[in-house]
Amino acid sequence: MKLPFHNSMQTHFRLLVKFVVASGILIGATTVFAQSTADEIAKYRQMIADGNPSELYEDAGAELWKKPAGPKNATLEKCNLGLGPGVIKGASAQLPRYFADTNKVQDLESRLITCMSTLQGISAQEIIEAPFQKGLKKDMDALVAYVVTASKDQKIKVSTKHPKEKEAYELGKRAFYFQGGPMDFSCATCHGSEGKRIRLQDLPNLTSQAGAAAGWGSWPAYRVSSGQFWTMGLRLNDCYRQQRFPFPIYGSDLLTAVSMYMAVNANGGTMQTPGLKR
Amino acid sequence: MKTKLLLSFALLVGLNPLAMAQTSFDAKFQKMMAEGFRAEGIAGLDRIKQDETQKFCSDPKQINTKQGAAKAIEIQKINMASIKQPADGKYIGDWKSGEAIAQSGRGATWTDKADTVNGGGCYNCHEINKKEISYGNIGPSLWNYGKNRGYSQEVLVYTWNRINNSKAYNACSNMPRFGHFNLLTQEQMQDVMALLLDPQSPVNQ
Repeated sequence: MKLPFHNSMQTHFRLLVKFVVASGILIGATTVFAQSTADEIAKYRQMIADGNPSELYEDAGAELWKKPAGPKNATLEKCNLGLGPGVIKGASAQLPRYFADTNKVQDLESRLITCMSTLQGISAQEIIEAPFQKGLKKDMDALVAYVVTASKDQKIKVSTKHPKEKEAYELGKRAFYFQGGPMDFSCATCHGSEGKRIRLQDLPNLTSQAGAAAGWGSWPAYRVSSGQFWTMGLRLNDCYRQQRFPFPIYGSDLLTAVSMYMAVNANGGTMQTPGLKR
Repeated sequence: MKTKLLLSFALLVGLNPLAMAQTSFDAKFQKMMAEGFRAEGIAGLDRIKQDETQKFCSDPKQINTKQGAAKAIEIQKINMASIKQPADGKYIGDWKSGEAIAQSGRGATWTDKADTVNGGGCYNCHEINKKEISYGNIGPSLWNYGKNRGYSQEVLVYTWNRINNSKAYNACSNMPRFGHFNLLTQEQMQDVMALLLDPQSPVNQ
């Protein structure tokens, strides 16, 4: 007989042990940081590859998916992420995409908002306004982890066949190069050419296929520094914060378009989701 | 003749399907941006209202045209004209304080307060003092900045201008306009100047 609570405790313990070992290695690495940060992080990733803490979020998401919830007391099992109602496997590798029912291009998070509001009757506005990592956003984190894990190792294959898909890509490209704020930054300032770093942090060139595949393909991810699972929505939110822009609205067409630009550039790459980041 | 001109004008602007598509795309983009952001803390929506420089530099295709090259010179002139020389005539402050300003990347985000002391974030993009190995490479190395260039008045003014408003020399430079947007105070800029141009600064050893 399965004891779910006991299993989850075991997972916790296994992860904890790995973390203690891994953080020791990271601390030891700081002295030779300049030449081998990337190497050490790669080693760390490899070591933890069979135990990414995202698993905890994924497990929670799998439960949420099947659990009746919201005013309609319904599950998400009929949620259509583009490959048919309830199909999870490979779905996020083909997002964002055009959805006929909403007549919009949607990314994973905006599509999950649609599913939660139409199937379960949960207020879309409440999801959008919830603070990150809390309440309905916490549920979203878990659902996202669940869905993206089912696309791990899948080929990124995002369509631009529908005119609205093509348009979202072009709008996203323009947003990517849009400069503003008191520092004149755009996404392209840091992510528009090869071999750039902020301090020691390597910056993927998101305008190239290889860079976009590395960047887009490894988010959402578990962040070791904050001990949190970050969705793409939160990742982009923090980019705009550091760009000194105003606050990008969660689930907005803007975030979908920027995602579309990165995802299409990444086509042919491999989803390594959920990723593991510093 | 007039009719012909008018007709070709109408074709060019109003009825040209390409121009129409562009106008509709522009409108969609503006709408997406307007609906895509909200004000948060000190980061108001005015931050996505672009000035001439930002507008110009957001279109990489245009920059590389002949027209773009001419526009770039115009943009540089506008930025040059906005630079204020130090009110007290002093270009060089305290390099130690300059180092601290160069290290700090704080300020101007929606999680900062209006009274947060901004950093210059210089090490984010530049190598400066070689002792600091955690530096970015978006900008050029500034190691031995003064030693290599000398300490003439010309170098002082150029460097002051460059920190104040880098766009005065390169319309689409990646460097923020620290003076133009009051990201750094006059005193802070004098201190950063010292880090680069005080012969005693570790940068010039």
